[in-house]
Amino acid sequence: MLKLFEPNKIFKITSKAPKYVLFLFIIVLSIGLMEALFLSPEDYKQSHSVRIMYVHVPSAWLSLGIFSVIAFFSLGIFIFKNKNFSLIAKSLAPIGFIFSIIALVTGSIWGKPTWGTWWAWDARITSMLILALFYLMYLLSWKIFQNQDKAIKISSIIAILGFINIPIIKFSVDWWSTLHQSSSIKILSKTSIHSSMLIPLAIMTAAFTLFSILIFLMKYNTELIKIKNKGLDRL
Amino acid sequence: MYGKKVKLRVLFLFLVITTLVLSIYLILKSLEENVVYFLSPTEIRNLAEIKEEKIRIGGMVKNQSIIINSNEINFIITDLKNEINVSYSGSIPNLFSEGKGVVAEGYLRDRNFLSATKILAKHDENYMPPEVKEALGDK
Repeated sequence: MLKLFEPNKIFKITSKAPKYVLFLFIIVLSIGLMEALFLSPEDYKQSHSVRIMYVHVPSAWLSLGIFSVIAFFSLGIFIFKNKNFSLIAKSLAPIGFIFSIIALVTGSIWGKPTWGTWWAWDARITSMLILALFYLMYLLSWKIFQNQDKAIKISSIIAILGFINIPIIKFSVDWWSTLHQSSSIKILSKTSIHSSMLIPLAIMTAAFTLFSILIFLMKYNTELIKIKNKGLDRL
Repeated sequence: MYGKKVKLRVLFLFLVITTLVLSIYLILKSLEENVVYFLSPTEIRNLAEIKEEKIRIGGMVKNQSIIINSNEINFIITDLKNEINVSYSGSIPNLFSEGKGVVAEGYLRDRNFLSATKILAKHDENYMPPEVKEALGDK
């Protein structure tokens, strides 16, 4: 079952779905921006710069999440030699990379007025920079190696290696002393973000997730068109 | 269900990943001193020797410890167990205040005194509107 893969069937979905996702994304983003920029209160300590969080935190979450999915599919590529997995992984990478850059840049913009510095070489920020570099290596490996089999192999190795960095990013703030604050939203204990700020954060996360799905579907669709043009019915 | 090849590949990947995780764990463990961004006053107390290198100390600015005279500011960093005196001249971040987190970078003169070259404010993980903060403060 895993070996069989019919581009035509998937193509039907990927060519139609984006416009619905786009529609949903615009609605959720408008509500999210409204909440984040105007309706939510300022913070008692950071005042209005807290609003950067509504972009920074979802971007960081998604860049970690998307890389994990890429690594998961890369493991699948190695084990099952399924070429469809490589198309999925390849199509996910660009938006993940963009989110890792957005997280770094917005963090820097927030850091200047809050900490008093644009950049600090603490464990969280450095490991996040390493994630962005892994994304870049991953994307470049697809560009550099013209031989498709080689590109699939090298890129999956990069994704699996890079995955080890993901728990390091997540737990860096607990394992070491860092300038970056520890997580406000925890699985086991109470979250330390007031609900009036948590709701816009949740809506913005939903919007960014929809955007990731949108870009992924469009990229995936392009990959399928490339295969169709080569006149292949299956990989 | 799956062929022998698939099982072998799973085993191979499992071994590769385990080895990698263990080696990275060991590397990070041995580099711990460099991975931490700052030391607490207690860790400074327990230092074997005071080096002349730049060092960062993090903790809370002790209440009523900030003294400003002309262009020099003095305050105490505490981790509620030990304290370090800090003197500094230069610009301070807006969020620097008593009872809040701070990271001071500079040179240790002795185990009790840091002459800082840079002050950073450390933000904590609490986010709330001012009204809520006031209500909490009243309790």
